[in-house]
Amino acid sequence: MSRRRVHLAAHFPGVNNTTVWADPRSGSQIDFASFVHLARTAERGTFDFFFLAEGLRLRELKGRVHDLDVAGRPESLTVLSALAAVTERLGLAGTVNATFNEPYELARRLATLDHLSDGRAAWNVVTTSDAFTGENFRRGGYLDRADRYRRAAEFVRLAGELWESWAPDAVAADRASGRFLRDADAVGEVRFHGEHFDVEGRSTVPRSPQGRPVIIQAGDSDEGREFAAAHADVIFTPHGSLEDGRRFYADVKRRLSRHGRRPDQLKIMPGATFALGDTEEEAAANAAAIRRAQVGPQTAIAFLEQVWGRDMSAYDPEGPLPDVEPDLSGGVSQGRVAIKDRAAVAAKWRALAEEKHLSIRELVIEVTGRQTFVGTPETVARQIDEHVQAEAADGFILVPHLTPSGLDDFVDRVVPILRERGAFRTHYTGSTLREHLELT
Amino acid sequence: MTLHLAALHLAVALDGAGWHPAAWRESAADVFSARYWAGLVAEAERGLLDFVTIEDALGLQSTLTDGADDRANQVRGRFDAVLLAARLAPLTSHVGLVPTATTTHTEPFHVAVGIATLDHVSGGRAGWRPQVSARSFEARHFGRRAFPPLEEVLNRPGGADLSAHPHVRELFAEAADAVEVARRLWDSWEDDAEIRDVATGRFLDRDKLHYADFAGPFFSVKGPSITPRPPQGQPVVTALAHSRLPYEFAAASADVVYVTPHSAEHARAVVEEVRGLSADLRIFADLVVFLGTDAARRKARLDELDGAELVSDAAIFTGTPAELADVLLEWRRAGVEGFRLRPGALPYDLEQIARGLTAELRGRGAFRHAYEAATLRGLLGLPRPSNRYAEVS
Ligand SMILES: Cc1cc2nc3c(=O)[nH]c(=O)nc-3n(C[C@H](O)[C@H](O)[C@H](O)COP(=O)(O)O)c2cc1C
Repeated sequence: MSRRRVHLAAHFPGVNNTTVWADPRSGSQIDFASFVHLARTAERGTFDFFFLAEGLRLRELKGRVHDLDVAGRPESLTVLSALAAVTERLGLAGTVNATFNEPYELARRLATLDHLSDGRAAWNVVTTSDAFTGENFRRGGYLDRADRYRRAAEFVRLAGELWESWAPDAVAADRASGRFLRDADAVGEVRFHGEHFDVEGRSTVPRSPQGRPVIIQAGDSDEGREFAAAHADVIFTPHGSLEDGRRFYADVKRRLSRHGRRPDQLKIMPGATFALGDTEEEAAANAAAIRRAQVGPQTAIAFLEQVWGRDMSAYDPEGPLPDVEPDLSGGVSQGRVAIKDRAAVAAKWRALAEEKHLSIRELVIEVTGRQTFVGTPETVARQIDEHVQAEAADGFILVPHLTPSGLDDFVDRVVPILRERGAFRTHYTGSTLREHLELT
Repeated sequence: MTLHLAALHLAVALDGAGWHPAAWRESAADVFSARYWAGLVAEAERGLLDFVTIEDALGLQSTLTDGADDRANQVRGRFDAVLLAARLAPLTSHVGLVPTATTTHTEPFHVAVGIATLDHVSGGRAGWRPQVSARSFEARHFGRRAFPPLEEVLNRPGGADLSAHPHVRELFAEAADAVEVARRLWDSWEDDAEIRDVATGRFLDRDKLHYADFAGPFFSVKGPSITPRPPQGQPVVTALAHSRLPYEFAAASADVVYVTPHSAEHARAVVEEVRGLSADLRIFADLVVFLGTDAARRKARLDELDGAELVSDAAIFTGTPAELADVLLEWRRAGVEGFRLRPGALPYDLEQIARGLTAELRGRGAFRHAYEAATLRGLLGLPRPSNRYAEVS
């Protein structure tokens, strides 16, 4: 079999503790210059796309806005549209919620972005699991899992009808004959009557360069995977390790045939963090230092509170795990994906802390995950390539820990090695994101 | 010659190939290319104009009151105006960018965050023109509300005063709520809410974040915003208004109003009425303009191509930039502070504005020689507002 090519995307650092803001090198999370820096770095590295996450309500802990992590983000598609002016080939992917938007409006915004970027737009379709977020919207409330994916599926189908409703040659702009539109039928009327939407009318945006912006999905449940198999071009998944990745990859690719699709029509891109060094030892030390910075004393307690469901602020983060039982009645955290079985997680954490004699902070550092890739640039390039060759992924969405410079080293040091290995493009061969992703 | 006349403000309204429906026939404009729009805003900025507005609607253009007209000989289709404005922001450095966004079918939270984002990416040059959508065919694009056909609203007993219709009153009440929500969300982060205090591990001072806590008949919004306070504090809100109800909306909700007088005398009356509602509102007049020595002939030719004489809610001017300067200064004396000119054909009439008209006005001491401020508020002489939630120390 021929060598599989790696796909890479750059995740703008998010609003959680992965992003280290206390580092002196850490810049603004909201100034446009930060977005420009990271996007241009990704484009210099010939990445497939730049990625923005979204959260429609500030997260809260114990009934108050969570104040320990970076917060404050722009509206995704608006920033991406501005970035389209300062980049040329880089794909521009925005996360936009399908529960708290309406298809007619969002479809035209995405088609607009696709036009204004000459075919580089992507939509990460997310759904929301809490009524907390709904409090910011007309619709309010939320939908349970089955319903929110049914709504999302209808949403994507309807958006697709709107995107394809203008004939490819609808805009004639023929000055001599006076025909702006090819003819009166050039813009088709969409009539959609579903469980969630009743929409009739014509789109205002001509067919965009990609026809359909790239669809990304980022949810892990059975319903989420099924939705991706039916509708998505890319999955953004948390399954970044080799074994986990291979299982997930096989599971999702297997689902495709049921929807009449080929395995190469859906790219699987786990989120991945990394730490580099000149030697393996230095990389390991850097990785450990980053994790310590990511889990400060207050953050360690906040993590504990999310699992224990109670106020733990009286305990010393550098001291041992206290002998208190989790409160399973409610929950103290709002605005993030809920921890599924808090009792089991607490038991596991306690066992680990006892076994390894860990303080609260050490424990949280241990359980909230090490970097996906740690090593010299050679090692990291090799690992990434191996994951892709082993069908654990089609590529990765890299999540740097620093804004905006967190990708500089990767692009300067790892990308050249990936290129030398023949695993990654040396220049863009296509102009649209669909072309970069080899989606045909 | 100096009349002790404050300089006037100039904006242009961009839409398609211009405001004449046949304008596209006479220009090379590719209205669906970013390059076309980039050229227009670059021209506006060369002319040192205060801002450009970008038209939008959640439905296709039509010559009918309410519904598609199936005409193929006029420009049909538009980009989302907020995204288009954002696309132009990095290409410009001083000119204000004021997209239209509908309040009727959109989520106030998304619109507020979108405009705040435009302000961030443009370094404080964002505005917003909230617009209501009364048309039933646009409501069918959302399928959540059934609106009466607009012909019915217009033809009801009592005449064509839209304002009197409960449907229209409701849309304006909703628009006022949407602006109120946006303003609260823009203020929901105090300017110094981000503290990055390493000692306590706190990125935010959460006492400086505030719930919008808006509850009304059309929607409720909890807040705070997900976006820090925009550079201008509050982006500039502008509204087009032709009669009492929208004047009231503008007075209560906007910073700038565009009115549509048809003579200096009419302008004086409109200014008096609007001033009676608000002392602070910046009053701009809209005019459709065809400029140049052959302006009348150009317009006549476009009318002929379209098969109808141009009609507009705003006064239509044809003449030279010098003649237009006379009109603007006369209306300026009637109390109008600025003008939003709607170029009949793009890019031609925009170039006439940005080069000929501005030079003419400068010669008469009535227009800037250089940008004097970096934000749209600065250009309009509007102070950066204090935050409604901040405690006065
Ligand atoms: C890798 C990953 C990234 C996600 N990013 C976002 C995001 O940026 N915004 C958001 O609202 N939800 C995000 N989600 C949440 C999902 O859209 C979804 O709501 C959640 O995973 C629950 O869906 P599920 O039941 O299918 O897992 C993300 C989920 C995953 C797995």
